[in-house]
Amino acid sequence: MKTIYILWLRQLKRYSRSKSRIIGSLGQPLLFLLSLGYGFGPIFQKAGQGNYIQFLAPGIIGMSIIFTSIFSGIEIIWDRQFGFLKETLVAPVSRFNIMLGRTLGGATVATFQGIIVFIISVIAGFRPTSWASIPATILVMLLVALLFTALGTAIACILEDMQGFQLIMNFLVMPLFFLSGSLFPLQGSLLTIARFNPLSYGIDAFRFLLTNSSHFGLGLDIAVLSVVSLIFISIGSYLFSKIQI
Amino acid sequence: MNIIEVKNLSKKFKGLTAVDNISFNVEKGEIFAFLGPNGAGKSTTIKMLTTLLHPTEGEMQLNGHNPVENPDEVRRSFGIVFQDPSLDDELTAYENIELHGVLYDVPRAIGRKRAEELLKLVELWDRKDDFVKTFSGGMKRRLEIARGLLHHPKILFLDEPTLGLDPQTRNHMWNYIKELNQKEGITVFFTTHYMEEADRIAGRIAIIDHGKIVASGTTQELKEKTGKASLEDAFLELTGKVIREEEAGSIDVMRMNRRMWAGKK
Ligand SMILES: Nc1ncnc2c1ncn2[C@@H]1O[C@H](COP(=O)(O)OP(=O)(O)OP(=O)(O)O)[C@@H](O)[C@H]1O
Ligand SMILES: [Mg+2]
Repeated sequence: MKTIYILWLRQLKRYSRSKSRIIGSLGQPLLFLLSLGYGFGPIFQKAGQGNYIQFLAPGIIGMSIIFTSIFSGIEIIWDRQFGFLKETLVAPVSRFNIMLGRTLGGATVATFQGIIVFIISVIAGFRPTSWASIPATILVMLLVALLFTALGTAIACILEDMQGFQLIMNFLVMPLFFLSGSLFPLQGSLLTIARFNPLSYGIDAFRFLLTNSSHFGLGLDIAVLSVVSLIFISIGSYLFSKIQI
Repeated sequence: MNIIEVKNLSKKFKGLTAVDNISFNVEKGEIFAFLGPNGAGKSTTIKMLTTLLHPTEGEMQLNGHNPVENPDEVRRSFGIVFQDPSLDDELTAYENIELHGVLYDVPRAIGRKRAEELLKLVELWDRKDDFVKTFSGGMKRRLEIARGLLHHPKILFLDEPTLGLDPQTRNHMWNYIKELNQKEGITVFFTTHYMEEADRIAGRIAIIDHGKIVASGTTQELKEKTGKASLEDAFLELTGKVIREEEAGSIDVMRMNRRMWAGKK
């Protein structure tokens, strides 16, 4: 337990001390929210889909969470390069706990980021239909964050250096984001693809809780997110236990 | 009783045999020096013993456990100061120490007392709340050593611990380690390129070159075997005078920088 806590705390300290990281990772969602929100808003309205900000905000919250989570998981590569990883790998604690502490830390950071983006979107005009569902929304944020931090961790265990990072961003994170129904309503074959994307269920759950509109239903959302999280945590901790330096 | 047993141990990296069929034993309570030119295979051997790397072939026992089959038991048996940096730069010196204390389950009160003692030993006590990224190369090295000595394991691995340290710190450090060895019976396994250190501190020495152990014994035995007056001459006699060509990997470059920083070589 102590191991999990201290490594969780470490992730939080690293995040809160890196001002540039906080500002940098808020810039992108802000840009999306403002440019797309105000840019596409009228068209969206004309097409009879209602207020675009109401639709977009949950998607942008999902975006900030997936980006921050994957990035937190991938931080293992830095720790490998700067050497700190060795210090934890030879310690007499189970590697599962090390991995869990790091992953929970990364997920907490990503959830925090999601909450900030939520606040920003409220300032930008987003109005949740029910404020009472905010605590539940935060729990779902944590679940989504856990899922993608574990995925980032698993990937980082395979990559040896930062060279593969661009590849991951362009061929994994971007597609996951764009094909999740975060920016536009899903129809036809896009919807079929989105069914295989865990982020779709996260964003669907946000929409259910915040705007009372949902495609899959909250039950299925939570079920899929939980199962996939468990799978990724298992894979991540297995790969982590096999790291050699 | 042997606390470390190594039999026919080999490690091959793609096309390169870093450790080539070595065998040796270290007795409990002994101070053992593992010497050899750059790229000889010292760190690779330590990585295998400390569960960071799987051997290609061969057998190892550490405190009665096999690092491949029983890594958790092995990890409970040793402490290590790595040759390469392993601190978290974004944390303060004290936070690094604290984290180590938690990982190694050092009781809080003992941990605090030792942390103060060790940080004073390496003269970092007044900088303890500064971020590690603001430290010089030598200061980081001193912190690594202080951290490595926070818990008292059965076996202490020190991979070039004195690299880039000034003579004062080196002296303090070795005195402290000798005391640990005598008082608590901690076995010490270290590497160094300063022959006078090995001569002065080590009970027994093994010399490795091109992945093979070329000689072992007390410093006296090595001198007699080669007919030389100093360990340095004996070492040169055994390993030749040619400078080892090593592809300068990133770690080597960093290490060189550190040496230059510290004004050595
Ligand atoms: N991960 C790796 N991949 C490929 N080759 C490696 C790797 N690690 C070490 N080597 C090679 O193995 C050989 C032994 O390296 P090692 O680090 O064990 O040397 P060393 O005796 O510790 O040297 P030094 O005194 O310079 O620290 C070197 O030729 C090195 O290039
Ligand atoms: Mg070495």
